[in-house]
Order: sequence, then structure tokens, then C-alpha cells
Amino acid sequence: MEKGLKLSKRDRIAIWFRSMFIQGSWNYERMQNGGWAFSMIPAIKRLYKTKEDRSAALQRHLEFFNTHPYVASPIIGVTLALEEERANGAPVDDKAIQGVKVGMMGPLAGIGDPLFWFTVKPILGALAASLAMSGNILGPILYFVLWNLIRMGFMWYTQELGYKAGSKITDDLSGGLLQDITKGASILGMFILGALINRWVAISFTPTVSEIKLDEGAYIDWENLPSGAEGIRTALEQQAAGRSLSEYKVTTLQDNLNDLSPGLAALALTLLCMWLLRKKVSPIIMILGLFVLGIVFHVIGLM
Amino acid sequence: MDLTIIQIILVIIVAFLAGVEGILDEFHFHQPIIACTLIGLVTGELIPCLILGGTLQLIALGWANIGAAVAPDAALASVASAIILVLGGQGESGVSSAIAIAVPLAVAGLLLTIIVRTIATAFVHFMDAAAKEGNFRKVEMWHIIAIIMQGLRIAIPAALIVAIGAGPVRDLLESMPAWLTDGIAVGGGMVVAVGFAMVINMMATREVWPFLAIGFVVATIPSLTLLGLGGIGVALALIYIALSKQGGSGNGGGGNTGDPLGDIIDNY
Repeated sequence: MEKGLKLSKRDRIAIWFRSMFIQGSWNYERMQNGGWAFSMIPAIKRLYKTKEDRSAALQRHLEFFNTHPYVASPIIGVTLALEEERANGAPVDDKAIQGVKVGMMGPLAGIGDPLFWFTVKPILGALAASLAMSGNILGPILYFVLWNLIRMGFMWYTQELGYKAGSKITDDLSGGLLQDITKGASILGMFILGALINRWVAISFTPTVSEIKLDEGAYIDWENLPSGAEGIRTALEQQAAGRSLSEYKVTTLQDNLNDLSPGLAALALTLLCMWLLRKKVSPIIMILGLFVLGIVFHVIGLM
Repeated sequence: MDLTIIQIILVIIVAFLAGVEGILDEFHFHQPIIACTLIGLVTGELIPCLILGGTLQLIALGWANIGAAVAPDAALASVASAIILVLGGQGESGVSSAIAIAVPLAVAGLLLTIIVRTIATAFVHFMDAAAKEGNFRKVEMWHIIAIIMQGLRIAIPAALIVAIGAGPVRDLLESMPAWLTDGIAVGGGMVVAVGFAMVINMMATREVWPFLAIGFVVATIPSLTLLGLGGIGVALALIYIALSKQGGSGNGGGGNTGDPLGDIIDNY
């Protein structure tokens, strides 16, 4: 079938760019509907010429819509294909278009949230944060460039995929590749999280468990060192030979815990937080609570 | 530290961008690591703000807008705490008290977002009216006004903090006793766990729990850098996917939703 009206690549690029603002007028009544209509405008302009058609198209694209902002792209792609058919006289009614939108937004949000918010963002964020905290400017640059490359590439590719696959897109997405990517990402994510819990959740118990007086010769005898630079040299040599700096060996509670495994308290705290989250405790309350706990434990000398 | 007029304007522009992104969630100008660094860049306090941004980023790791729910507001938290850090003039030693200020600000920002999102409801009714007339420009205009309103949500508080000036901010920070700031630093070390817990809760399935354990244990080797750990993680993921494909029917679709440790936590 020869199509009279067709969206050009330029139209699709304009729509792709506009879809980056889909959440701009997010509201409690119809959520992303304003941004959705805003994104569709180049297509409506291309496909419909009369004022009545344009008005009707604008109104049908102001219906309720909400999904993860990036996976809106494949839905936009499919909708573009449907609108094109409709403008060329195919019997695609308002219900079909709204049905496709609503039918796709739930399952796709289920892919977008874990993939972007809970895998790509934490991994990039954690790597960049580790650089930034040591004062390395590459941290934020890396985060910004990589995040936007991944996001923009994903949005363009999936919008084109949706446009080409038309109403068949849901089959494509249930195919293997995306599942592999999601699974691989969550494996990498869990692995890195395990490592980060160990490295970055900082808990140190300061109480002293034991103080043992060392045998003579096991510590540096500061009283009987030669004077001047010679003494410093002797002290450093003795330290390098493994002598203790003081005549008491102090063991803190943390040293004991580290003998089990470093980071054990961090792991316990993380599991506790997970449990509290599942009991619907607000994260903000937990964060404030941990600050209070930190202050209290510090004041009583536990941490 | 006092800011020049140009610096103040740049700070407000950064705040505006962060506010816009707080709702769009696309370019990520509102993420602490970007927003704090930009504030540092325009005020000449790059390194302390960079460190603040990295630290806040860890706390905010799991904050996300999901469905209709609104996450604690990273935009206001990072912009305002970075400005306060700069005005306080304490450099890197001011980072931990700036973080303590950031967390309540994230809650305040959350309330502001809810207000703006409610006002936007009126805007879409204006869009409805414009759509009836077939007026593209009016639909676009109200959408853009809504975006600007989100930007002002952060730009106005930022301007207010700058207007109060360095003096009161420094007095406030200096009046904090050492036990309080040290205690906050201790708390800050633990707060990261909340973000990790949020992320794990979303990602955890029966299949991927063992990888958390491997990561945890491997990380005790101090000479392994994060990049090295990333390499191990990617390799593990590739091996797992390749092997599970060879496994035939047994590794098909089923059984992926289970979460044994999660069940234990739930039932506890």
C-alpha cells in the first residue's frame, strides 16, 4: 500500500528531542499527558491538515499517560506508526491508540525502573562518586557523558524500533536481548553493591576490648633511643622491623569484628534497612534516624 | 565567602537547571554529583563541592521517582547545601555539616515538588482548552511554563540563601559543636546503607543474590580497585548468561521472581 502521508526522519528526531521533556508538566490528574502531547505535536502537524483533525488529535493525546520517562520512547514510536496509518485512512480509532498506550506503559515501566533507576544509575553514580570524593573532576564528567549517551541512545533506538515494528512491538520486547541485558545488569549491579556495602558503609566501633602490655623488645623503647636524627632513624628501623609504637597493644571492638570479616556491621545494617523498607518505613525517616544514632553513639563513645 | 554578581547569576542558573531536571529526570543536572560540582565550578570552590557532590550522590543512590511517588528532592538538597558550603568558607572541612543540612532540605524540596505538581494540574486544563481550538502554540506554551515553574522551585530558594549572605551562614555553621559535627559524620557513614538497601530491594531475585555475596567478600581485598571489581562483575554476568543459555529448558523463564533472603526479611 502506497502511503500518502509519512513522517520524515527529521520529524522523528524532533519528536525524540521533545520527548526528553515529557515529565515537564507532570501533574496529579493525568501525569505525563501534557508532555506526551507536547512530544506528538510535530507528528500531528505533519499528518493532519484541517483544524478539526488537529484539534481532535491534540485532545486524544492529552489523555492520561504515565510510565518511566525513557521507555516512553518505544510507546511513542508505536503511536507514531498508528497515527500514520490513521492519517492514511486505516481504521485506527481513538480507543486503539489509547489502548496501545495504556497497554504498554505498565509493563515497560517495569523494565525501565529497574534498568535505569536501580542498575545503570547506582553503578554509574557509585563509580563517579568514588572518583569525586577523592577530588577527581573526572567523576562528574564521566557520569554526565555516559548517562546521557546511554539514555539518548536508548530513547532514539527504541523509538525507531517502535515506529518500525508498529503494533508488534510488545512481541519484540518479550524477546531475548532485552531480558539478557536486564539480567546481566542486575548481576553486575548486585556484585558491585556487595562490594560497595563493604567499602563504603563506614561503621567503626571504638571501645577498647583489651590492652596488653607487650614484652620488652616488642615495642620501641623511646627512652633509650640515641638523640637527634640518629634516634629517628633507629625508631623507623625498629618500626619497619615490626615493633609496636607503644608498650601496650590496644585491641578495639572493631579489630575483633574485622577478624571475622571486614564490613560485617555494614552488611547487617544494610539488611536491617532492607527489612525496614519492606515494613514501609520511609527512607527519609531512616536517614534522619541514622544521623541521630550516629550522634548518640559518638557522644557515648561507642563509635 | 562573598560572591560577585556574575557568580550569583551563574549559581541561580545552575539552580534553575537543577530544578527543571528534578522533574524531567533526563539530563541529570539535579544529581548531586553534577549540581554540586557545577555550583563549585561557578563559585571557584570546585574541590570541596566536588567532594560534597560525591558524598551526597552515595546517599541519594536509590532515590528515584517511581510511578506517582516522589523521591526526596536531590535538586534542592545538592544546590542549597553546595551554596551553604561555599558561603560558609570552611572548604573541605565544611562538607560533613553541609551534608547534615542537605537531608532536611531534601524533604523540604519534596514538599515543593508536590505543590508544583498540583499547580500543574491547572495547566493541563488550559492545554485542554487550547487543544479544543487546535492551538499548538498554546499547548506548547503551557508545557514550557510548567517546566519553568519547576526550575523556579529551586532557583528561588537558592537566591534566598545567597541573599541571606555569607555572615549568618558562617555563624550558623561555626556555632555547631564538635560532638555534633563528628556525630553527623559517623551517621553519614551509615546513611549510605539506606540507599544501598533501596537498590537491592528492587534488584534482588533468587538468581542474583549470590553475586551480592561474592562482591561483598571480594571487596575485602584492599588492593582491588572499583574498576577491577567492575571487570570481575562484567565477566561474571557474561559467564552466567552464556551458561544459562546452554543449560536448556531448566533455566527458562520460571523461578526468576523468587527472593529467598527477601522472604526471610519479610517474614521476620
